[in-house]
Amino acid sequence: MTTDVLGASVKRVEDPRFITGKGRYLDDIKLAGMTYMSILRSPYAHANIRSIDTSAAKAMPGVVLVLTGADVPYNPLPMAWPAGGSSGVVNNINMPRVLATDSVKWTGEGVAAVIAETAAQAVDALEAIVVEWEPLPVVVDAEKATEAGAPQLHENAPNNVVFNWTVGDKAGTDAAVDSAEVVVRQRIVNQRLIPNPMEVRGDIGLYNPGTEEYTVWMSSQTPHIQRLLLTAFVTGIPEHKVRCIAPDVGGAFGTKIFCYADMALVMLASRLTGGRPVKWVETRRENYQSTTHGRDHITYLEIAGTRDGEITGLRVKTYANLGGRLSTIGPGVPTTLYARVLSGCYKIPNVYCEVTGVYTNTTFVDAYRGAGRPEATYVIERAMDLFADEIGMDPAEIRRRNFIAPDKFPYDNPSGLGTAVNGEKIYIDSGNYEPAMDMALKTVGYGSLDKAKTDARSRGKYLGLGLSTYIEVCGVAPSKWIGAVGEGWGAAMWESANLKIHLTGKVVLTMGTQPQGQGHETTFSQIIASELGLPMEDIIVQHSDTQGTPFGYGSYGSRTATVGGEAAVKAAGKIREKARHYAAHMLEASVDDIEVEGNEYRVKGSPEKKKTLQEIAFALDLGFSLPEGMEPYLDETVYHDTTNCTWPFGTHIAVVEIDEETGKVDLVRYVAVDDVGKKINPMIVDGQLHGGIAQGVGQALWEGAVYGDDGQLLSGSMLDYAVPRASWFPNFELGETVTPSPVNPLGVKGVGEAGAIASTAAVANAVMDALSPFGIRHIDMPFTAPKVWRAMHDKEARS
Amino acid sequence: MIPAAFDYARPASLDEALTLLARGAGSAKVLAGGQSLLPLMRLRLASPAKLIDIGRIAELRAIRDLGGGATGIGALATYRDVLDSKLATHNHPILAGAIPGIGDVQVRNRGTLGGAIAHADPASDMPAILLALDASIVIRSGSGERVVGIDGFFQGAFATDLAEDEILTEIRLPATPAGAGMAYCSIEQPASGYSMVGVAAVVGRSDGSISSARVAITGVADVAYRATAVEKALIGSDAGSAAIDAAAAHATDGQEVSSDFNANAEYRAAMAVVHTSRAIEAAFAAAG
Ligand SMILES: Cc1cc2nc3c(=O)[nH]c(=O)nc-3n(C[C@H](O)[C@H](O)[C@H](O)COP(=O)(O)OP(=O)(O)OC[C@H]3O[C@@H](n4cnc5c(N)ncnc54)[C@H](O)[C@@H]3O)c2cc1C
Repeated sequence: MTTDVLGASVKRVEDPRFITGKGRYLDDIKLAGMTYMSILRSPYAHANIRSIDTSAAKAMPGVVLVLTGADVPYNPLPMAWPAGGSSGVVNNINMPRVLATDSVKWTGEGVAAVIAETAAQAVDALEAIVVEWEPLPVVVDAEKATEAGAPQLHENAPNNVVFNWTVGDKAGTDAAVDSAEVVVRQRIVNQRLIPNPMEVRGDIGLYNPGTEEYTVWMSSQTPHIQRLLLTAFVTGIPEHKVRCIAPDVGGAFGTKIFCYADMALVMLASRLTGGRPVKWVETRRENYQSTTHGRDHITYLEIAGTRDGEITGLRVKTYANLGGRLSTIGPGVPTTLYARVLSGCYKIPNVYCEVTGVYTNTTFVDAYRGAGRPEATYVIERAMDLFADEIGMDPAEIRRRNFIAPDKFPYDNPSGLGTAVNGEKIYIDSGNYEPAMDMALKTVGYGSLDKAKTDARSRGKYLGLGLSTYIEVCGVAPSKWIGAVGEGWGAAMWESANLKIHLTGKVVLTMGTQPQGQGHETTFSQIIASELGLPMEDIIVQHSDTQGTPFGYGSYGSRTATVGGEAAVKAAGKIREKARHYAAHMLEASVDDIEVEGNEYRVKGSPEKKKTLQEIAFALDLGFSLPEGMEPYLDETVYHDTTNCTWPFGTHIAVVEIDEETGKVDLVRYVAVDDVGKKINPMIVDGQLHGGIAQGVGQALWEGAVYGDDGQLLSGSMLDYAVPRASWFPNFELGETVTPSPVNPLGVKGVGEAGAIASTAAVANAVMDALSPFGIRHIDMPFTAPKVWRAMHDKEARS
Repeated sequence: MIPAAFDYARPASLDEALTLLARGAGSAKVLAGGQSLLPLMRLRLASPAKLIDIGRIAELRAIRDLGGGATGIGALATYRDVLDSKLATHNHPILAGAIPGIGDVQVRNRGTLGGAIAHADPASDMPAILLALDASIVIRSGSGERVVGIDGFFQGAFATDLAEDEILTEIRLPATPAGAGMAYCSIEQPASGYSMVGVAAVVGRSDGSISSARVAITGVADVAYRATAVEKALIGSDAGSAAIDAAAAHATDGQEVSSDFNANAEYRAAMAVVHTSRAIEAAFAAAG
């Protein structure tokens, strides 16, 4: 059945339009009569709103409409994933309103909106709105926010606690840790990040007064989910009256999964202007202040084990900063997606983790590339190195010693993945960790590390090498496990595909998934071309419009190939079956005698009797002659639910050099051996790894959202927030092992997040290795030159 | 990121530009490559009522041979123009070394040397380089032309000797002292790419001891400055690394070192010393 195209590095069919500036992003859309919206955002991190006077703004040139919270008849935004789902964990929920009414909780929360004839007029009029503020005390640090006397953000959340959630066996872990030969403790901070997609967010609302229907264009990863959330939860407008369209999306990294106030605002504004289109596109500064951030954990870890390197317990306490109000799935990220994979690829018998979700006067935090799993990987991979250092063991050796052995799968992970949630358990289904590590060690030349360190010293550098042997859970997720009655995400997680072969033999695949630059149009075409024996040029992949695509949950969590891809494979299978039946009819043979080779449907034993899929489609789509009971047209829809998540793994190794005089860290080599299962398009897989690695290294070395004590975002633009540049990286040395995923016949596992999950810890471990002559055990990210220099000067080098 | 409304004029000659500028006194601003002014306007940190776009006045873009190793660089010459000028980079090799580290390709294609120094950003590179090169600045207004030395031109953060009705027309670089080498060493603030600390050194040797030295530092204080204590310590000393390090230790003498969340004063001061040593060493290496 398969042809060469599956598994080949086919060039991306999207690229000619993206590279030559012919992509059509949200801001490229111009509609007749368009108006422009601009949002007034709070200059204070915490304040009561005493009054808002919009009269001067309303009188400004070109102003069509001015809105404040009092004008918005909608509900607050929805919470789709409370911590612990239906398990009874208390979540003190405070969601953002479409426009704040009484108070603001972070600098950048929206309080008023101007709709004007031009974007410039809208911005001018914002300056004429007068808000009387009553500033309140501010707290930006999650741990401090829970302490006595801290400023309180919400009445229903004493001590600013959103939830306390635990996972694992407390008594068993306490016993294991408290009686262990060796326990290493460390406070580590996984700093807040600003995701920085190249295209910022935006929406266009268009109300049709004739039909009372709305069309909303949005730069989103999830148009179907947004339609559901905006209608059923926010506006009360019936779902069938709203159409959501995501045009080309220029990057997202998680930030475009969520439901935002501006989406509802453009709908309302279009209705109130009698159906004029209303466009809103955020500025980069707004993106920094009011689109979701990522990470921001303060963690106390304790790792326990024996002197000879067997890890027996892991006890972790994490404060997760969720911002001033909650984003759509904010609480789900530092709970399910974090603590349930905390023990990584190690057979640690006792794991216990307590997570406190916290409100602070900062932008809301939600899923960012990797979502919870990079935070977990950072904890366990730093912990392994700290433990190895304590007992004087080689970091590779301690990993080898504690890996889950290949014959132990499916593995029931004690931090709770295998814990039954309403009867549904999921397991780490496969893995073989040592070969990947060995390959990476060999590539980097692990044996000659000491010599490399000596050479570096002669050049005024400290060289360090760091390992990260990660696993990730992706391909989310079996609906029963993750869904409303299970782990907590208030929806299912299946995926959908519709496949049609039209009269001319051309193929349209419509998907419920939603690309943001990953190349879905290419990879899905490869799947269908291979399944049906058709040329890729004859296949088009459509997506991103609730009108015309089957309902789907969108793209995030490295799920598109594993769940959506499988839906596409199944749709092709259904087409093939129907075509076989129709070929039997055309060839006057029995169905059992029809064999399929590529696009040819032949009668067994008489190969000259055959029809191509195109011939079959032509006849069947016309439907002049149909066998009893068969409907015309080759058109099949599949809703596919997966039976398990997928479990990519691998070993990443970073080599860094630190300048002894300046503290500047240079990444000099990067080796990654990843097992992401089978690859549909290896070039695209490499691209995902490159981007993910760069983002993860970015966190380790340069990036960080910094708030002043007054809640002002000091890293408020790219002048102060260091987005990595290509020239800062060495060539990545990529290798692979291939353990096909058993949950889908494609054998794919997903690769969108792996690079970002693995690389941060690898670089951190390399930096600590380089700093080991100074007796430095741990410093917190990002390892900027000033910070590393300070650490080096606090401790004189021992050698 | 939309600027407030403004009027716009594009004069064809310097004289016309000066007339417009005099008329708009106080509310008009000169626009050259726009690489500093436009971002400020888009953030509404600057809202000039009128922009006088001098960007196409060809007479201000020339790079001239002033003879004997001296060069005149028109205020509107872009970084790219200077890099492409064999004359300028041959006469003053520090330009070839330093300019590729400024901004990115687009910024270097549009940004002008005149704009860079008229703007006087405390972190920009050119001020230190021109201080070390002992440049002089040609300035025109309706009432005529004046030529001032670079020492004293920079008066504070974003403040220079230029009056509101004046246009900077040319930067004149004198011939390099015989036997001198020059180099620029900096450490970047990774987000902005501007220098956290940048040090330009032009140093000469004769008979085994240092005979001339101009060392200037940017990023460290609220304006680029000449490290005169370093220069004094260098002159007459041998060019060994001990002497260089001893001189470099004076890099921030008399300065109030700036501090922000990217790099505090302690780090900036330390890097000023490190990069002063490095720039002097590199200048000697370049002298051969
Ligand atoms: C992304 C980016 C990165 C950058 N990185 C660096 C860096 O690494 N190092 C660095 O040093 N700089 C950097 N810059 C700044 C850049 O070097 C300056 O913006 C540029 O050189 C200024 O020249 P311009 O022609 O664009 O000036 P404009 O922006 O047009 O003008 C700047 C100011 O100077 C005034 N002005 C301009 N020309 C004259 C004149 N002839 N007479 C009187 N007044 C005048 C204007 O009125 C205005 O106030 C960067 C800029 C950007 C956008």
